[in-house]
Amino acid sequence: MDDLSSTSPEHFFSDRFNVTPALMERLLGGELARRVDDADIYLEYRVNEELVLEENVVKKASRHVSQGAGVRAQAETRTGYAHTDEISLSNLEEAARQARAIADRAAGAPGVLAVPGRGRAHDLYALAEPPIVTALTRKLELLRKIDAAARAADPRIGQVIASLSSEEIVILIATASGWTIGDVRPLTRLNVTVIAEENGKREIGSWGGGGRVPFDYFLEAERWTRFATEATRQAVLKLRAVEAPAGTMTVVLGPGWPGILLHEAIGHGLEGDFNRKGVSAFAGRLGQRVASELVTVVDDGTIPNRRGSLNVDDEGTPTGRTVLIENGVLTGYMQDRLNARLMKMAPTGNGRRESYAHPPMPRMTNTFMLAGQDDPQEIIRSVPNGLYAVAFGGGQVDITSGRFVFSASEAYLIEGGRVTAPVKGATLIGNGPEALRRVSRVGHDLALDEGVGTCGKDGQSVPVGVGLPTIRLDGMTVGGTQV
Amino acid sequence: MSVEALRPELLTDVLGRARARGATEADGFLIEEQHFNASVRLGQVDTVKHSREQRLSLRVFAGKASAAASTSDLSRASLERVVDEATALARVTAEDPHAGLPDPAELITAVPDLELEETASGEEPTPEAKVELARRAEAAALESDPRIGNSEGAEYWDRRARYVYATSHGFARGYATTAFGLSVSPVASAGGEMQRDYWYSAVRHRAALEEPAAIGRTAARRALRRLGGRKVKTTEVPIVFDPDTAASLVRSIAGAASGPGLYRRASFLLDRLGKRIAAPSVTIVDDGLIPRALGSRPFDGEGLATRSTVLVGEGVLESYLLDSYSGRKLGLRSTHHASRDGAGVGVSTTNLILRPGPTPPEDLIRSVKSGLYVTELIGFGVNGVTGDYSRGAVGLWIENGELTYPVEEVTVAGNLLEMFGAIEGIGNDLVMRDRTVSPTLLVGRMVVAGN
Repeated sequence: MDDLSSTSPEHFFSDRFNVTPALMERLLGGELARRVDDADIYLEYRVNEELVLEENVVKKASRHVSQGAGVRAQAETRTGYAHTDEISLSNLEEAARQARAIADRAAGAPGVLAVPGRGRAHDLYALAEPPIVTALTRKLELLRKIDAAARAADPRIGQVIASLSSEEIVILIATASGWTIGDVRPLTRLNVTVIAEENGKREIGSWGGGGRVPFDYFLEAERWTRFATEATRQAVLKLRAVEAPAGTMTVVLGPGWPGILLHEAIGHGLEGDFNRKGVSAFAGRLGQRVASELVTVVDDGTIPNRRGSLNVDDEGTPTGRTVLIENGVLTGYMQDRLNARLMKMAPTGNGRRESYAHPPMPRMTNTFMLAGQDDPQEIIRSVPNGLYAVAFGGGQVDITSGRFVFSASEAYLIEGGRVTAPVKGATLIGNGPEALRRVSRVGHDLALDEGVGTCGKDGQSVPVGVGLPTIRLDGMTVGGTQV
Repeated sequence: MSVEALRPELLTDVLGRARARGATEADGFLIEEQHFNASVRLGQVDTVKHSREQRLSLRVFAGKASAAASTSDLSRASLERVVDEATALARVTAEDPHAGLPDPAELITAVPDLELEETASGEEPTPEAKVELARRAEAAALESDPRIGNSEGAEYWDRRARYVYATSHGFARGYATTAFGLSVSPVASAGGEMQRDYWYSAVRHRAALEEPAAIGRTAARRALRRLGGRKVKTTEVPIVFDPDTAASLVRSIAGAASGPGLYRRASFLLDRLGKRIAAPSVTIVDDGLIPRALGSRPFDGEGLATRSTVLVGEGVLESYLLDSYSGRKLGLRSTHHASRDGAGVGVSTTNLILRPGPTPPEDLIRSVKSGLYVTELIGFGVNGVTGDYSRGAVGLWIENGELTYPVEEVTVAGNLLEMFGAIEGIGNDLVMRDRTVSPTLLVGRMVVAGN
C-alpha cells in the first residue's frame, strides 16, 4: 500500500510524474497568464478503498486509483477548463492551450491578475496512520464485529450491511499569482444499514460517521457499537411507526444532522455564484433580516478532523470561518476566486471541486447554527402538538424560488408537550428566506453531525458537515399522508 | 473529435496478469471517453470544458472469493499495481458461493449495430459553432417574454465514448457511442418573485437535436407558468403527473425491481413476482435494443446480449432486473441488466418505457374536478423498502377540468404500490426523449400537504 502522506505533494508529483512547481509556473507564465484574469493548474492523485460486508460475507472489496490535472483560465466572466488523466508535460501544455483559447480576452488590453494574498494553510488532519494504510484484516474484523453486534441487538434484524470507505487525496495547485500549495487529505466513513422484519413488514435503519480521522477513531469509546445499535434501534422503531401527519404545524428539530435544514434552506442560496448571477432568492439581501434574531449561522472549514474541513480549498485559498447570518441579519456569502473577483469581495476559502475533472465552484464546508439559551427538553414541552424530527435522509433546494424539501428518517409526534409515537418518513417543505424567521427557540445543545454528509451541485459531489442545536420552528409544512 | 483506437490488448494483458497472479478467473471493462461542454449566460460564453477520460476496471476471482479495482492511470506500472492489489484483496475476502462470471457459452457472439455512434458524417463543428447553438437556445428564451430577464445559462455538450469488455476466458468485444445535448435554464421574474425552469434535448446523433430556439421557448414557457405560485390547503385529490415527473415514478419501480435490493430484502417488490402491482392498464418494458436510443447498449456489463424485458405486463410484475450475481442469489437467471462502474458490477435499466394509453393528456386533465397537475418533483422522500412516498411538488391546480393557478411549496404523498394501483388514466403522449420515459399519468388519489 502506498503511504501517500509520508511525502510532500511537491515531491510526490515531481517524483512520480516529473511535474515540478517550477514547471507548473512556467506553464502558467507561458501558456496562460498573459491576457487572462486568473489561471491555475490543479494536480490530483486519489486512492480509494471500499469494503462492504453483507450477510457476514465480504461482498465488495475494491480499490480505485484516479489521477489527473485540471487547467483553468479565466477572463471576465469566462472560464476555460481542460483536464487530462495523463499527467505529462505535453498533455498539460495542450490543456493549457485549450483553456486559454476559451478565456482569451477579445480586446487587446492585458488582464490584471487579481491576486488575493496567499494565506497560511491550516494543519487540520495530519494523521500518524492515515485510514487508507491501515491493514485490511483489521478493517474486515471490525465489519464482522459490527455485523454480530447489530444482529445481537434485536432478533428482528434480518440483514446487516456494514461498509467502510477510506480515501486519500494528494493535491498540488499552482496559481497565476506565482505560488504553489499542496494538501494531503485523508477521509474515512463507516456505515451500518440494517433491515428489520416482523410479520412481513420490513423497515430500514442506517447510521454512520467518520471524518478526516484514523481508523482507530471508530474503536474509540466503542463508537462502532453505537453505530450498530443506532441503526438497529431506528429500523425496529419504524416497524411500529404511524402515518405522518400532513399540513402546517410546529416542528422541533433535534441537534446534529438535522442541520441539513441550514444547508438546504439557506446554505446553497448564499453561495457566491448564484448571487453574482442574481438567480438566488437571497441575491441583493446582504444586511437585511432573513431569520429570527435568535439565529446565527456560520460556515467553518477550519474545524480539525471534520469531514467538511480543508487546510486550503481547491483553489489554494486557506479555508475560513464565514458568518453567513448574525442575529438574523444576512452578513456574508461563500466565495471562490472567480465570484469574489467579479463581486469585488474577498475569497472565503469555499472554492471546491469534486476532482481534477471539474472546475471549482463556491461550496459549503461545515455549516451550522450557533447554540442558544434554551433547555432542549423545555423546547419540546413548549409544543402542544407538532412533530419532533431527529434524523434525516437527503434534501434538495430550488435556489431561485428558495423552495426546499428534506426528508425525515426518524421523527415522532409531539402531543401535549410530550414526544409520543414514531411516524413514517415525513417530508418537510419550506421557503429559504422565510423558514429561519420561524425559529422561535434555540437550544444550548449545538452538535455537529457524525460525518456522513455529501453535497451535490451541478453534478459535483463533495464531503460536507452540518450542525444544529435543538430548535423550534413555527408553522412548517409537513408532507405526510394523514390529513 | 476522435478517441484513440480501442486498446483491447491492454485489457487482455491485464486479465492475463491476473491469472498469472493466481486469479482463477477475471473480467474487465475499459472505458475511454472525450467530452466537450460549453455554457453561455446572457449571451456571453461562461465556461468551456474539454476533457478526456479513461478508466480500466477489473474484477478478479480467487475461487469463489472476489475483489474489484480500477484505475485511470493506464501506465504499465500502475496497471501491474492494480492487478496485484486486486488479487491480494481477493485472497482476504471470504468465499461467496454465488460469486463468479457468467457461463462463457452465454456471452454475446455477434454484437448488433444499434447506430449508437455517429460516424464521421461531414466535418466536426468548431467550438464556436457549438457555443452558437447554446447562445441561440438561450436567446430564444430571453426574447420570448419580457418577464424572462435573467438566466442560469444554456449548455451544449457532446461526448464520444468507447467500451471494451473482456474476460479471462478469451472473450473481448466492444462498442462505441456518441451523444449530444442542449439545455437552457431561464429565470422568469415578476413583482419580486423569481422562478426558474429548464428544458433540454439529448440524442445519439447530432442531426436529431431539437431546434435550439424551440428548446429555449419551451424552457421559457415552463418558467413563466410558475410565476405567482402559491400553496394550497392540505387535501386528498387526484394527481396528474406530466411525462417527466411520471418517468420518475417509473424509475422508482425499476429501482425496487433491481436484484441487489431484492436479495437484501430491501424492496417493496419482494415476493411480488407474478403478482399484480399496478392497474391493468400499466405495462412497463425495458428495451435495450432500440436503434439510436440513449439507453441502448448491445450487451450488458458482463457481456450478455441486451434484450427487451417486460417488467410489468398489464399490471403484473413479470420480471426482476438482474445481473448474474443477484440472479444466482435469488435462484433466477440474469436478465442481462448488469452495469459496470468503477466500483464493480451493479444493475441498471436501458430504455425504460411505460407504454402509452389511448387518452390525450388534455382529456386526463379535463376528467379531474379538483386536483393537482405536477410538473416538478424535488427531494428524496421515496422509501424503496416500503414504497412510502412523499416529495416536494410544483405544478398547476386543476379546477373543473381546467389548469388554473400555479402551485408550489406543497408535497404529494402516498405509497408507490397504492399509487400504481390507482392509475386511472394513461396519456397517448409518449415521446422517446430520454432513457426513462412515460406518458402523462392520472393517479386517483394522493395527499397534497400545504396550508
